[in-house]
Amino acid sequence: MIQLSVNHLLYLVEAARFTILLSVIAFVGGAVVGLPIALMRVSKSRLLRGIASGYIQFIQGTPLLIVLFLSYFGLGILGYKLDPLVAAGISFTIYAAAFLGEIWRGCIEAVPKTQWEASDCLGLNPVQQYAYVILPQAMRIAIPPTVGFMVQIVKNTSLASVIGFVELARAGQIVNNSTFEPFAIFTAVAAIYFVLCYPLSVAARTLERRAHAGR
Amino acid sequence: MSYKFDFEFLAERWPDFVAGAWLTIQLTVLAIAFGFVVGTICALVRVYGGPVLRRVVGAYVETIRNTPLLIQIFIVYFGLSSLGLKLSAEVSAVLALTINMGAYTTEIMRAGIESVQRTQLEAADCLGLTRLQTMLHVVLLPAMERVYPSLASQGVLLMLASSITSQISAEELTATANLVQSDTYRSFEVYVIVAVVYLALSALYRLGFWAIGLILFERRRRLGTPL
Repeated sequence: MIQLSVNHLLYLVEAARFTILLSVIAFVGGAVVGLPIALMRVSKSRLLRGIASGYIQFIQGTPLLIVLFLSYFGLGILGYKLDPLVAAGISFTIYAAAFLGEIWRGCIEAVPKTQWEASDCLGLNPVQQYAYVILPQAMRIAIPPTVGFMVQIVKNTSLASVIGFVELARAGQIVNNSTFEPFAIFTAVAAIYFVLCYPLSVAARTLERRAHAGR
Repeated sequence: MSYKFDFEFLAERWPDFVAGAWLTIQLTVLAIAFGFVVGTICALVRVYGGPVLRRVVGAYVETIRNTPLLIQIFIVYFGLSSLGLKLSAEVSAVLALTINMGAYTTEIMRAGIESVQRTQLEAADCLGLTRLQTMLHVVLLPAMERVYPSLASQGVLLMLASSITSQISAEELTATANLVQSDTYRSFEVYVIVAVVYLALSALYRLGFWAIGLILFERRRRLGTPL
């Protein structure tokens, strides 16, 4: 059996880079898809609202692990090469888009109705209303919960380990397989996750408090 | 796309899925119940406890909320057994899920308890209620009623998250899916079915929480309005 050494810890820290990479992909992908979802949720068209809310309910009602398996094996059916990073990136985008869409819908709806009326009176068209009046205000409301959700994303990237993507959790399993010191290793892994997540949690709370102080 | 969907394996394997779903229900109902007890006690400590205990509970909540459930499960299952405490996969799953649910419940219940106004406690005092009666009827139940929607959605989230316990070979729904797909090579179909079962389970849990809410909170039952 191999003794646990500093090199193992360095390996874990190196693997954490892939956790960060996957988190960034998930967040950017989730934001790009999530914004249209949020806009569809508040759209005047019943069809668009229905599609967006069906999508959100489906994703929020199934475990992320199953979404991961579905896109991993689903991609295989379509005949694509099963690169774990691609499969994980797609699943996390799908997952983050549903949650961000729902969070941002709340933020858009939180902008007072009078702002809509005022921008209507000024003769702005719907695109201008969103771009210059509603979204800038919704964004300020959205920042604290969005940062809070980033914590969820970072933690959930650990699930990508099950389809063979080597990030922090998978690296922990690999080190454990050669040294068999699960308690020490997984505690170290947990500590690295904590270092990544805790600043985000604190930031979310501080932003939340500051947002409320203004009102 | 030349792929043909084939759900024939269902005819033979459906009892496996039922057994898996049943274990998922057992694991998560236990974890939600225990987690609620742990969380409520920790929330009371966080609001009314001494400075040392408060910090301990705070550390527990922050540690659990900032680390992945997968790693928590690994620490409980592999970590504890390497230290000499051997637990079965199912017991480890319930333990890890309870610890996780407890931390989130603590935060939710704390918000509820803090929303109970001081004057309510003074009024209870004037009415001559004992401390236990005050805790139960004036603090805990109204607190719970206020945060009940969050508690319910946390419960549903925990049920979904229990799929992660498949990684330590607790034979619940997701583990069953993994097993069936490795026997039949019908991976996509298997996970489609399991996704639908999870959707049904989340609907079932929402319904369950709604029913419990009706039983617990008289106001909801009589007036149909939340507090």
